[in-house]
Amino acid sequence: MQKKYGVYICTGCGIGEVLNIEKLESVVAEKRFACKTHACLCGQEGLDLIKADVAEGTNALAIAACSRRVNFDIFKFDGCVVDRVNLREGVVWSHSRDVFPGPVTEDEKADEYFVDRIQQMADDYIRMGMARIEKIAIPAPYKLENFSKKILVIGGGVTGMSAALDAAAAGYEVTIVEKEETLGGYAAKMRKQMPVVMPFESLIPPVVNDKIKAVEASSKIEVKTGTVVARIAGQPGDFTVTFKKPGEKIEFDVPLAVPEEQRVDANGKALDVDQIRVIYNQINEGRADVLTFDPNGVKYGAVILAAGWKPAEVNAEAWAHLGVGHADVITNHQFEMMAKEGKVVRPSDGRPAKNVVFVQSPGKDGDDADFDYCGSVTSMVALKQAKYVREDYADGKAYVIYQHMRTPGLQENFYKSMQQDPGVFLTKGEVTAVEPTADGLVVTAGSTLLGDEIQIRADLVVLATGMVPATKEDPVVNLAYRQGPGFRDIKTFDGYADSNFICFPYETQRTGVYAAGAVRRSQTIEESMEDAAGAALKAIQCVESANRGVAVHPRSGDMTFPDFFFQRCTQCKRCTEECPFGALDDDERGTPKPNPTRCRRCGTCMGACPERIIGFADYSIDSVGSMVKSIWVPSDMDFTEPPMRILGLVCENDAYPALDMAAMNRISYHADVRIIPVRCLGSVNVIWIKDALSQGMDGVFMMGCKHGDDYQCHFVKGSELMDVRSSKMGDTLVSLGLENERVAQFEVAIDEFDKAPELINKFVARIEELGPNPFKGF
Amino acid sequence: MTLENSAPAGSILVVGGGISGLTTALEAAEVGYDVYIVEKTASLGGRVAQLNQYFPKLCPPTCGLEINYKRIRDNARIKVLTLSEVESVTGTPGSYSVQVKVNPRYVNENCTCCGECAKVCTAEIDNAFDFGMSKTKGAYLPHGMAFPQRYVIAPEIIGTDDAAKAAEACKYNAVDLSMQPKVLNLVVGSVVWATGWKPYDAAKIDNLGFGRYPDIITNMMLERLASKTGPTEGKIVRPSDGKAPSSVAFVQCAGSRDENHLSYCSYICCMASLKHATYIRSQYPDAEVYIYYIDLRAPGYRYEKFYKMLKDDPKVFFIKGKVAEVAEEGGKILVTAENAVTGEKSRRAVDMAVLATGMEPSLAGAKPRADLVFTEEGFIVNDYAKGGQFACGCANKPADVVSSNQNATGMALKAIQTLVKR
Repeated sequence: MQKKYGVYICTGCGIGEVLNIEKLESVVAEKRFACKTHACLCGQEGLDLIKADVAEGTNALAIAACSRRVNFDIFKFDGCVVDRVNLREGVVWSHSRDVFPGPVTEDEKADEYFVDRIQQMADDYIRMGMARIEKIAIPAPYKLENFSKKILVIGGGVTGMSAALDAAAAGYEVTIVEKEETLGGYAAKMRKQMPVVMPFESLIPPVVNDKIKAVEASSKIEVKTGTVVARIAGQPGDFTVTFKKPGEKIEFDVPLAVPEEQRVDANGKALDVDQIRVIYNQINEGRADVLTFDPNGVKYGAVILAAGWKPAEVNAEAWAHLGVGHADVITNHQFEMMAKEGKVVRPSDGRPAKNVVFVQSPGKDGDDADFDYCGSVTSMVALKQAKYVREDYADGKAYVIYQHMRTPGLQENFYKSMQQDPGVFLTKGEVTAVEPTADGLVVTAGSTLLGDEIQIRADLVVLATGMVPATKEDPVVNLAYRQGPGFRDIKTFDGYADSNFICFPYETQRTGVYAAGAVRRSQTIEESMEDAAGAALKAIQCVESANRGVAVHPRSGDMTFPDFFFQRCTQCKRCTEECPFGALDDDERGTPKPNPTRCRRCGTCMGACPERIIGFADYSIDSVGSMVKSIWVPSDMDFTEPPMRILGLVCENDAYPALDMAAMNRISYHADVRIIPVRCLGSVNVIWIKDALSQGMDGVFMMGCKHGDDYQCHFVKGSELMDVRSSKMGDTLVSLGLENERVAQFEVAIDEFDKAPELINKFVARIEELGPNPFKGF
Repeated sequence: MTLENSAPAGSILVVGGGISGLTTALEAAEVGYDVYIVEKTASLGGRVAQLNQYFPKLCPPTCGLEINYKRIRDNARIKVLTLSEVESVTGTPGSYSVQVKVNPRYVNENCTCCGECAKVCTAEIDNAFDFGMSKTKGAYLPHGMAFPQRYVIAPEIIGTDDAAKAAEACKYNAVDLSMQPKVLNLVVGSVVWATGWKPYDAAKIDNLGFGRYPDIITNMMLERLASKTGPTEGKIVRPSDGKAPSSVAFVQCAGSRDENHLSYCSYICCMASLKHATYIRSQYPDAEVYIYYIDLRAPGYRYEKFYKMLKDDPKVFFIKGKVAEVAEEGGKILVTAENAVTGEKSRRAVDMAVLATGMEPSLAGAKPRADLVFTEEGFIVNDYAKGGQFACGCANKPADVVSSNQNATGMALKAIQTLVKR
């Protein structure tokens, strides 16, 4: 792209009052870039000024005005690269003349050694903006060579069928793969189900039968029963899927990841990537590599994971007090199977079970938690199953003993209607014992609403065991990804294929694969069907985004993608290992193979790469590095007491808005700081830190999102990975003769606009104590 | 961003710009459909914008909102109309005509958010965003993270000196006091109602003392007290004297699960009170928290873990029992309850009581003219067989943010299906 540069300085919103605009213009003149100023650039007149230049061929613009977070839509010019130099929030609103005075008297104005910190800050930001527009380019979308819009649904239960029907109704071809010989999943094995619509009062026949009919009638849905997914290779828009019979062993079975315990040596020391790769190759002997595509595989664009759940195992030891082991103490699952077959009876002798006690909580040691993997569903299942007893026997009695009756929202109506049944007894209580008698069982419960200790004679005791997600033990999706076949970090979510994000419930670490139903958390049929629609939407959206060559959430619409300069790759595998989304599969030599439609454009690979061969059209080692290098670092050659220079690499998603907020509240931080927004801390390459320090800057800090189990990083791992990288910098700093403390990382949330400036100021004070960087002036 | 001409038939109208509406709009637009968001207040974000943190992650809602606003900025398919209300929807699935009333903001797109207009205003008005616990000037930014980031002139000051002064102070010709309400006609293919909820009016619950004693507040008021952008800059204090509370009682099901008020469970209040306990405990290490409940509804692995964390706190006490009365006595708040298990009547004096008031659908009162089926309590019932118009989030049922976003994503697809079928 042949560039014609233009810098546009707005003097409105206080910028003109605080800054010496002529001085700024002279900074632009250093580069011989065209420069114009206006009192209100965002107004019609200001915009016309810019547009006239664009019409004349200006195509690389630095708009020195407000934050990039505002007026985004108006400072957008087709065919141009634009940088927003943040003079308003970043300089004048966040830095008061009371704290950082400018030259006032004539003597001061004439004094070329006067240190005007705010002006220097603005000068630098203009330089940085100019450096950036020199280095960035207009992105072109990545287009797949082969492309499929078909959607694969794993699981033929009520969730999977709902998802398939919803996607088909929007015009997409779908395949359902179901491991059993018939469609329907667990819902087809039920006698009845809880209501799915208002008024949520009585039991209804399972809706799953209608779903099966609709699926069978749909010309857009193909059904493969008695089939599982051996592997899914490739990337969204171009997945190659190998199917097989359950239990079969085939060449295209998915390669497995190296288990955690094999990633350390006998002394517990972590093995290096090459050693791990040797083990990887051993355990995957006989299986085709992830980069070997099945010639008979079927093409799909996106995947919906609706693999459902399994009844939890009975814990005979922990639940001994509940009579586990006795033939007439069964689980809610066993009860459902029996109720589907016929009347509810005592398994021990086949006699009618007219008195049935439903136990909701193991109730030991005063703990009021339900059984593991329960949710509100199990409370409602108990109510439903209580109704079966009443359906089967006019004189039947059902007792539900719970710690908390969990029927949230409108499902309260179902609970209320069950309370109307005189044969259903509901009480809070802690079940302390289930013991056999001559004729049946006796259940003892304490702290109930009916008395301090009650005893109930029972024919049958039903334990409300939980719903274990299919993904707990088995990856199910079987992705042929170098990082392994399943969802990463699934243990954080107790084995559920869940999102960590409250705001974005479908986000996983595997682009193009969206989970729905009980595999995400224990859900009712009603909830699962809604969830299926959501997952179907996301699958469709992913396919359409891949087709347009743009990223999906959270950088939706981003047309850039990582570009690799492979000639300089040293096969260190760091990018493959660190990518939070498993977007890279390296070959047998270790050279990464990018899968752009898996990529979410966080730039973690760029941050990880020690050879600095990865970059994006508008965001690269060079574009940020040049911004760093453009910062003027004054030394004692310039001033007797030169001001400090401190670089802040700040996450654009949370920390940067927090600093904007601080500015709006006129909260100040030290004016010797220079902020560069980054896509994610994961994209920060340590070369930027080294460059900053070796050009004499006194300190560098990174500011980004919280990490840990409740991470807030939008790219899952970014801030955590950067923390590791910067902690490993210690040796480098020492070898340069610099103190460790000159580099630091801070966590802030977006609303901590008071804390962010405070952290910066503390850091600056610490650097002040250390004294100037000895490299200054060299 | 704000266009006045109608979209082509085939676009989607989302009513409400809270978290559910934003989700539906963005998810549909990112598939490739044109979407209108009609929001009745001056900025997007809805109810969650008022929250300090989400449960159970204890993360700020502005974090996700910021990402969503960024998605809107980057997507030309989404048009946002603020201060706008849908008056009527006529037509059939695939072809609706929608009448939208746009109320005047008195500030145009020239606004740079410099704040000079607010500086010159003298009169103050109640700040509804803080439930009246703070005041704003007559020219104001709806809140710190408001999107669109643009000032508003309150209708209350129109015709006063303040309005004239605000207009004069603006260097950018952004204040336009002559703005009038206008009516737009939009032609769309499907409509998603994401009108959300409002806190149930606690003053209607006679025995709980709200409105009579200042130290009895609602859960949503506590959110504002805990927020750095709230009336106390995040310090939770007694409204009566500004002092730090040493004990706080939470009254669960304040209005919910009660035939005299809301017959249903409001879904979020148990988890909200657990979260509020963490606010108080982190600000005051010695403060005691008492939670009076009927059933603690913390379903699912994440919520269970959060509940367990609170159970492990020795200064958080759970009492199973419905509160009979909350009143004031000798400068303290007196909570009277019957323990459901022991049957004992208990009375406890605390510094502050928080009523865990439930959610009422926003459309519980005045309903728009549209072919919709409502429950008795004002939730919209979805009729997928008919299609065309759908409700998501808390317009459809009481729900937490995760479920609302799930269902808002699903409803985006239902809306798209209507367009595809045509």
